[in-house]
Amino acid sequence: MSRMSDLVRQPAEWLRASGPMSDVVVSSRLRLARNILGFPFLEKLKNGQKAQIVKAVEESLKKNEALKNLEIVRFDGLTEVDLQFLVERHLISREHAGQKEAGAVAMSPDEVVSIMVLEEDHLRLQAFQSGLDLQKAWQIINKIDNEFDGSMEYAFNPGLGYLTACPTNVGTGLRASCMLHLPGLVLTKQVHKVLQALAKLNLAARGLYGEGTQATGNLFQFSNQMTLGQREDEIIDNLERVIRQVVEHEKEARTHLLSKKSGKFEDQIWRALGALKCGRIISSTEATQHLSLVQLGVQAGMLKINLTQQDLNGLFLLIQPAHLQKLKAKALNSGERDEARADLIREKLKNVTL
Amino acid sequence: MNCNICGNNEATLHLTEIVNDHMVEVHLCENCAQEKGSDFKTHFNVGELLTGLSHMDAMSLLGVEKPALKCEQCGLTYDDFGRTGRLGCPGCYGAFTKMLLPLIKRVQRSTQHTGKQPKNMPKSETAAYDLRVLQDRLRKSVENEHFEDAARLRDEIKTIEQRLKKGKKKE
Repeated sequence: MSRMSDLVRQPAEWLRASGPMSDVVVSSRLRLARNILGFPFLEKLKNGQKAQIVKAVEESLKKNEALKNLEIVRFDGLTEVDLQFLVERHLISREHAGQKEAGAVAMSPDEVVSIMVLEEDHLRLQAFQSGLDLQKAWQIINKIDNEFDGSMEYAFNPGLGYLTACPTNVGTGLRASCMLHLPGLVLTKQVHKVLQALAKLNLAARGLYGEGTQATGNLFQFSNQMTLGQREDEIIDNLERVIRQVVEHEKEARTHLLSKKSGKFEDQIWRALGALKCGRIISSTEATQHLSLVQLGVQAGMLKINLTQQDLNGLFLLIQPAHLQKLKAKALNSGERDEARADLIREKLKNVTL
Repeated sequence: MNCNICGNNEATLHLTEIVNDHMVEVHLCENCAQEKGSDFKTHFNVGELLTGLSHMDAMSLLGVEKPALKCEQCGLTYDDFGRTGRLGCPGCYGAFTKMLLPLIKRVQRSTQHTGKQPKNMPKSETAAYDLRVLQDRLRKSVENEHFEDAARLRDEIKTIEQRLKKGKKKE
């Protein structure tokens, strides 16, 4: 599909590197789980019903002035690489990509809003913001939710709230999450303390691409676990307070590294830049790790290079497997990707002198 | 690092999962990951973890036989839910109330929704909901020592309670 090749040239909203505290908080995301009344949940949906749901969403988008700018993409015309490409941009989840033909996603041109159709629930409404801005994301997604509510009826129970396929999402159906870049806490070996404290506050910590993925590139996603018993604004407020504290700790750790460990710190950062500038074969895990350190060096003012935080974020996305294959417009196996990745990074860093 | 399954190829896929407070790491090469599909989470069965939290399992340990429960609306059995962790339809919440409520209480620490609700709710249902939201706010304003708000909320609650009582008498 042609839209995909356009997308590859545009930085995703959540990597715009703007918004409050964007030197630590990469992005904020809100997700609402909704199911349409009169249909069983995904597991028990027949193929005909799946088509009906996609159709109903399409109709709602057409009818509704506020939803008109959302473009719906059906999975049946997409390749495996296309799907993975959308996963890498966080427009769909890995689980959603597994839906194959039946699924669909509706997204706004700026990639701020994405609506996953036939994920674990009929609808998963998502809004992204760069930096720490959960309030803004809530305004956006609440509006979208109200618009859908006008054109279709949701499965709702006055006691339990919005009914979801998994009881861990029942109630508000709200998952608020922030992606944090925490190289300072990782390098000072304090990050496990933060993760333990979060678990006590019933917040979840995950890797970059959600459940079951490892935290590469010192990136962590923090989100609420419980979706029932608290109002949406309380859930959001709780998470935001905790995130603000984590940001403070990260900043302290960075100051500590700069003042007390500057020699070793400088060495690590320059080595990372060196590996990126010189490597001929590089895995995405290794590249992400080095990019994280270079990012930190730029933010700390240690590396005076003509690359902005946004450039580095953009590069971080482009070196992901499906993005590389989209850029090269052909399928690459893992070995070929590692070479193409190293080439791309050297090309992007060619004006950086060591 | 080599793949955990074949042991020959370099692992390119690294997964971490917390199971019973222990971190488990799995490293797979591209071939083995493909063979296993995206289904590599099968050894961490979410459904079993969830239903393990319900008291029905404790009952079966005590030798009390589990009733073979089934949702009449979609045909899902409680055992199916145990396998997948996913319910079949909104009706399942009613059909499995006895097992689900204790489970939800464990996972969510609450069984009462106080967040937003759809626009077109029948009046009889919104009254009970409003009541709960107000009680929740009353509790919080007392905690925060906002007594003026608390007094106002108490009056609002009384009004709704009286309205609900009248409605019941009529029926």
